[in-house]
Formats: sequence, structure tokens, C-alpha cells
Amino acid sequence: MEGLINFGILFLTMAGIYGILSLGLNVQWGFTGMLNVGIAAFFAVGAYSSAIVTSVGDLPHWGGIGAPMIIGFAAAMIVSGIMAFFVGLITLNLRSDYLAIASIGIAEIIRLVLKNEEWMTGGVNGFTGISGKFNNIFDGGHALLYMIMVMVVLGIAYFLCERAYKSPWGRVQRAIRENEIAARAMGKNSLSFRLQSFVLGSAIMGLGGAVYTHFTGFISPEAFDPLLATFLIWVMLIAGGSGNNKGAILGAFIIWGVWSGTEFITSSILPADMATQGAYLRVLFIGILLQAILLTRPQGLLPENAPQPDKD
Amino acid sequence: MEILQLVLYGTILGSILALGAVGVSLTFGILRFANFSHGDLMTIGAYVVFVVFTVMKLPLWLAIIVSLAVTAALTAIIDKLIYRNFRNSDPVILLISSFGMALILRSLIQLIWGPSTQVYEKGIQLAIKFGGGLRIKPDQIIILVGTVLLIIALHLFLRKTKMGKAMRAVADNAELARLTGINTEKVILCTWLMGGALAAAAGIFLGLDTRVFPEMGWNILLPVFAAAILGGIGNPYGAIAGGLVIGISQELSTQFIDPSYKPAVAFAIMVVILIVRPTGIFAGRSS
Repeated sequence: MEGLINFGILFLTMAGIYGILSLGLNVQWGFTGMLNVGIAAFFAVGAYSSAIVTSVGDLPHWGGIGAPMIIGFAAAMIVSGIMAFFVGLITLNLRSDYLAIASIGIAEIIRLVLKNEEWMTGGVNGFTGISGKFNNIFDGGHALLYMIMVMVVLGIAYFLCERAYKSPWGRVQRAIRENEIAARAMGKNSLSFRLQSFVLGSAIMGLGGAVYTHFTGFISPEAFDPLLATFLIWVMLIAGGSGNNKGAILGAFIIWGVWSGTEFITSSILPADMATQGAYLRVLFIGILLQAILLTRPQGLLPENAPQPDKD
Repeated sequence: MEILQLVLYGTILGSILALGAVGVSLTFGILRFANFSHGDLMTIGAYVVFVVFTVMKLPLWLAIIVSLAVTAALTAIIDKLIYRNFRNSDPVILLISSFGMALILRSLIQLIWGPSTQVYEKGIQLAIKFGGGLRIKPDQIIILVGTVLLIIALHLFLRKTKMGKAMRAVADNAELARLTGINTEKVILCTWLMGGALAAAAGIFLGLDTRVFPEMGWNILLPVFAAAILGGIGNPYGAIAGGLVIGISQELSTQFIDPSYKPAVAFAIMVVILIVRPTGIFAGRSS
């Protein structure tokens, strides 16, 4: 029973973190139609920024400032947002493929920096000394408290995204997505609006990274592998429903359930020495799942439901 | 002299990138999307040669031909099964689908061949020394000669055959091409076959030059895209030049920065091009 509760808490915490990331992607792709294929970069930058600001002790890398966790969250959002600003400035007035390619590039370079710059990030050995009031999940009731905090952060992020979506600002984003030339003809500066949406989405992803950091208490470049940190989030958003904030969160919970569930299945069916093959099978399954969703239900489980002008 | 040696190595790497970038550019020109599974198609090509040449011990030239054919056929099958259904969708859906396809291909590679690194031939190849102390390995000569042959073949195909002309017509203006009676489905099939074969060639040459492992193609995707953008995406001739520029810059950069940052050099060049001249140094597409 206790094991089941612990599993439930762990599951909801991770699904909640992915929910935050999926909301961030929804702002970029769902609202405005921008293809960010480098989620891992913003996720990682958020995670490391928060780790650097909040970590304690004499560390062999950056950090040791010992600021409270809330400052870490703010730092994560600011640094990810600034990075997004520069990436966006270069690519957002070009066609969407360029943003996709540039974002993959940013993710790759961030990964190289995390791996190679030991003096800054701890390199492949990872970043230690991360504090936070709730970092130790094996110590008392902290896991439950942390889960509640993740849900609160997710709730706030959802509330803000929903407000943004329904606001005139969100309407302009949808107009740009549907017909950029028409939006510009209406006097909207599409580059500026896109940039705002890209920065906001990336800041939310950075926040997701910070929440993740204080949950695991340890981060290394491996955690920000493009598969888990980019691809899974795309599948979540598309499965849940691009453009729908509820869908983004629902998709995160379902796909995280599928991803954890397949781990359970492969580990119980396959013998122990085939564990790595099991992992590949799971990736294969998620890849096929994405194709199936794109082919059969591209609008996702909860299709976008934009407010109609007469109902406002 | 060290500089000249690096330029030579850069030309070899550049040839590999050029072959990859030509494939990316061809598919972009016809189907209007950046194919994120191109890197993993390269990996497939490299592993087919590993099976035919290293495991079955057949001659290398035969292994290369088999690999080009198998990868091209696989690419056409993927199009029939998946991409064809998105012909009338927004091209970005194709991009997302190809991103998923990249992971499907890579997990299949890992399931079949495992995660470990392979080499085509064990043992060290002796480098041949020639004029001015320059060194080159026999495998690297194969890469250079193979690339030149493939590019000449591509050029003749695009310029002299009816299908090549049709492909250029569709790349220039798909609607107009259809109106003049060009069978666009046939052109698309042909594009995929060529893109797949070129990806295989790039993967094989990368495997010859370095090693064969499941992430090899994905890892080189960024410089390949950078080369395609530098040459003007959609323009296969520009992609060749782009590949050489990126390859040589990456090798020369090792004089100044940590070699592990080589992909960052490709990225930096790409960013500069996107700011200064988004259509590439040779006219390509930006919108």
C-alpha cells in the first residue's frame, strides 16, 4: 500500500512537471504555431539556473549561492526567457523550419556546454549540492509536500496560460498562426507578438526545469537528452490537443502514464538482461504512437476550442 | 602545413556533410519541409554496409550499392506508409512526423544492432604520405572519389534526364509543374529514392571515416542542416558548397577551440547566415 502511494506521488510529481513543460510548448506551438524542437535546451537552462542560484556548500562548479527556491524559479524563467529572446530574434521572421533547425542547434550547444564546462556545470558528473526545502523525497513527508507544490505551480501556470489564450493578446497569436499576412494587414507587429509568445513559452519551460531540479536534487546532462526532454513533450501536446491548455496538461498525464506503464510492462515481460532492449522498444512504441495520433486524430483528445467573438 | 592537412580533413568531412545536405535540400525543395529523420537514414545506410561488408564479408563496393538501394527503398516505404498521408497538410506536420520517424528508426537500429560502437575493419590503416607531408588514408580517398562520382551522377541526372528536369520544375513551382502535366507523385517518389540513397552514402562515408554507432546520424544532423541552409535550402548545388564550407570550418576551428565544440561552429555559421542572408549564399528559399 505504502509502495503504491509512493508510486502515485512520484507519478503525479513527474506528470505535473511535464504538464508545465507541455503548457510552455502549447504557448509556442498551440497559440502561435512556432516549432520549437529544442525544448531540452530551455528545460536544461532552467534547471541549471535554479541549481546554480539555490545550491549550497563549497562546490567544484558554479553555485553555492544558497538563495531560496522561489528565487531559483525566477532565475530559471529569466535566463530561459533571455535565451529564447535571442533565438527568436534571429529565426522568428523566417519560415518555421528555420526555427526548428535553430532550436535543435541551441539544444545541441547547451548539451555540449553542460557536458564539457565542468567548472560551470559539473560536466558529465552532474551538478551536486542542490538544495530546496523539498529536495529529499526519501526523508519524511517531503515528497507529498513537493507534489502539492508542483500541482500549485502547474495550476498557476495553467491559469495564466488560459488567461493569455483568451485575452486579445491570445487572439492576435491565433491570427498570426492562421494567417500572418492578414494579421499584419490589421496592423499587428507579428514579429513582436511571436517573440513575446516564444519568450513566454520558453520561460515556462525554464520553470519546469527548475521544478524538476528541486525534485530530483541532482541533475546531469543525461537528464536533458532530446528524447525525454523534447520528443516526449511534443507527443504529450499533440496527443492532448495543441492549442488547448487543458489538453496540454491531459496529454502530459496520459503520455507520462503510457511511458511509465510501458516501462512496467517491458521490465516485467523481458528478462533482466534485456532491460536496454526494453527501453528501445518503449521509444519505438512512443514514436509509432505519435504517427498514429497525427494520422488519425491530429487535433488531439481535447481539440482547440477558441472563444467565439459573439460569446465573449 | 598543419593548416593544409586540416583543410584536407575538412574537405573529407565536408564531402560527407555535402551528401547529407544535398538530400535534405532535395526533399525540402520538393516537399517543403526539413526532414529530421535524414540523420537516422544515414545511420541505417552505415549499418547496412556493416552487415554486408563486415559481417557477410562481401566486397565493399557491393555493400555500398546494396546499402544505397536498401536505404532508398526504405525511404520510399516510409513515404508510402506515413508521409504520403500528409500531402495536403501543413508541411510543419510533416516535420513533426519526421522527428518521430527519426526516433523510430533509431530505436529500431538499437534493437537490431545494440548500442555499441562498431568499425568496418579492425586494425589501423596506414596513411599514405604525399607532396608536402600531407597524409591521407585509403578510406578517405574512397570518400572523396565516391562523393565526386555521386555528385557528377546527380548533376547529370538533374540536367539531362526528363525526371531531373521535372524535379527542378516542381522545386521551382509545384502548381505550375502540375499544370504542365508533370506527375508530381512520381517526382516525389524519385526525390525520396535519391534522398535516401544520398543519405546512405553520407552515412557509409561517415562510418568509413570514423565509427558506426546508433547516434552517428543524429549527431551530424545539425551541421548537415547548417550546410543546406548555407547553400540556400532547396538548392542542391548550394548544399555541396555549404557542406564543404562547414566541413573545412569545423576542422580549422580545432586550432582555436576544443574539438568537442565542432558542431557549435556549424551552428555559429548558420546563425550568421540566417541574420545576414537567410536565403543562403546561393539563392534558395526563405519563405
